[in-house]
Amino acid sequence: MNWQLLPQFAITGLLNGGPIALIALGIVLIFKSSEIFNFAQGQMLLIGTMATWWFASPEGMGLPLPLAILAALGVSILLGLAIERFTLRPMTGQPLLSIILMTLALSQFLQGLTILIFGTVQRNFPVIFEVTNPYKITLPFQYNGNPIIVILKQNLVWSFIIAMVCVLVLWVFFQYTNTGLAMRATAEDHETAQSVGIRINRVFGISWAIAGIIANIGGILIATASGLDLSLPVVVLAAFPAVLLGGLESIPGAVVGGLVIGLAQGLVGLPNNDFFLGPEMAQAVRNSAEIVPYIILLVVLLFRPDGLFGQKRIERI
Amino acid sequence: MLKVNNIEVVYSDVILVLRGISLEVGDGQIVALLGANGAGKTTTLKAISGLLKREDGAITRGSIEFDGVRLDKLPPEEITRLGVSQVLEGRRLFQHLTTEENLRTGALVNGNRAETRRLLEQVYHYFPALKNLRHRTAGYLSGGEQQMVAIGRALMANPRLILMDEPSLGLAPLLVQNIFDIIRRINQESGVSILLVEQNANVALKTAEYAYVMETGRIVLDGPATELAQNADIKEFYLGLTQLGERKSYRDVKHYKRRKRWLG
Ligand SMILES: Nc1ncnc2c1ncn2[C@@H]1O[C@H](COP(=O)(O)OP(=O)(O)O)[C@@H](O)[C@H]1O
Ligand SMILES: [Mg+2]
Repeated sequence: MNWQLLPQFAITGLLNGGPIALIALGIVLIFKSSEIFNFAQGQMLLIGTMATWWFASPEGMGLPLPLAILAALGVSILLGLAIERFTLRPMTGQPLLSIILMTLALSQFLQGLTILIFGTVQRNFPVIFEVTNPYKITLPFQYNGNPIIVILKQNLVWSFIIAMVCVLVLWVFFQYTNTGLAMRATAEDHETAQSVGIRINRVFGISWAIAGIIANIGGILIATASGLDLSLPVVVLAAFPAVLLGGLESIPGAVVGGLVIGLAQGLVGLPNNDFFLGPEMAQAVRNSAEIVPYIILLVVLLFRPDGLFGQKRIERI
Repeated sequence: MLKVNNIEVVYSDVILVLRGISLEVGDGQIVALLGANGAGKTTTLKAISGLLKREDGAITRGSIEFDGVRLDKLPPEEITRLGVSQVLEGRRLFQHLTTEENLRTGALVNGNRAETRRLLEQVYHYFPALKNLRHRTAGYLSGGEQQMVAIGRALMANPRLILMDEPSLGLAPLLVQNIFDIIRRINQESGVSILLVEQNANVALKTAEYAYVMETGRIVLDGPATELAQNADIKEFYLGLTQLGERKSYRDVKHYKRRKRWLG
């Protein structure tokens, strides 16, 4: 095992976990407010990011990037509101499973819609962060007498920071605004929320609009690193286990879940030829980044069925 | 102010639970609605508050008016916004929110910061114990404290009428006394009307001005609370003063013993 490279892979992985955490948060938000597991989050991500590209690209509107992002956020908000209003609200009172299957159907529909509107071509997503000058950080300790230097791409660092700022902003919003309070109350008990006069349909609408914003920002962060094509929604395959790991309803849980998944995916990439049963096995481990979240999930749920931060139900009358 | 006119309520299209209930609550009044378990008291309150619709219940006949506005077609959140707050059966706090956050959810209907502060102070004035508990998670409060939060939360909407469903449920007698004293004070000081559902007729009749008695979906008796409290049959059945020690239905009493003195 090349311990010299451990910090490099660990930190890269952790930073990669930032956008995963943000995307996971979008799923948690919907689940908390309405107990719906949103399988369409990946496609909301795709549409928002495609819209950003279209507004910014000379092939589309050619707007300056900040304007393009704002315009795309508008599209994502409308998309979120429309999903809630026209596909989910009519299903109020139906079995939860039907509603969840509806989001699965929706994911397929939106994927198809994207192909119809934008085609299947790989797009050049605008470069947001400087590519050429990675940050070099010398860690304050040594290995075998050599200093340990970590090299981090700018976009990796800034994506992480932006994702965490978004998380923080959302947390402040939930904690300190009236709308946030209405959302937390609704998340706990729909009937009681209505009885105190909260318009819960509006709360659901707002939840979906925020989920749209989160998806859009998450999608931009991913696309600016790895390009934009129809496979973008695949990132939710890392966000789903992050959500479950964190306990489905917990905002800190989603964040920690996302970071843990990122870290784990980073660590398995570590060169490890002398550590495993031969080079082929070592190669297999390095290629396992996609399934590693699920292995972790399996192990954690075995010991903590409610996830790491699953809310304790208060049983007391 | 509140007029319930001969309503009939059916659950799941087939289960007839209320068979023609009429009652009235006047401005500034406390009115009690008494009855044994399963009589239909909660259903009556849910018909008024609109929460019936959540449970596949429907008002199939009659009407409900609040200051001339028909409530029976409105969704629950709009009914609350018209000035009708509720203290639901079993308190129903938002368990993971703090005491003060629970109270503030009650004021979301007006949303004005200064007004919310004023209402919070008013609630702490009625329930001084809550002030020290304001940052506690509501789910861990004692039953009595939770009941205070539930009543306080209803007050935070600055309502004109509060519907209370069995505030005495599961509380120690001393605490019940305490809470009902405060209910009376709230009514006297702020003039809010209260429709009080209770199985505990004893304390309810001491608090209310007027009372209705329900049995299997019907009002079987009504009158000023002081008169009902003197009524021998009420004493026997609801106030637990029977010598036979055996629990009887109000109807049995009515049939086998002296007939209606109260109905005239
Ligand atoms: N959601 C429901 N569906 C069917 N029947 C119900 C429902 N809720 C209550 N009931 C029935 O209606 C009757 C009255 O109930 P309720 O109003 O809760 O009485 P109370 O509050 O006086 O104890 C009971 O027989 C109860 O079983
Ligand atoms: Mg009841």
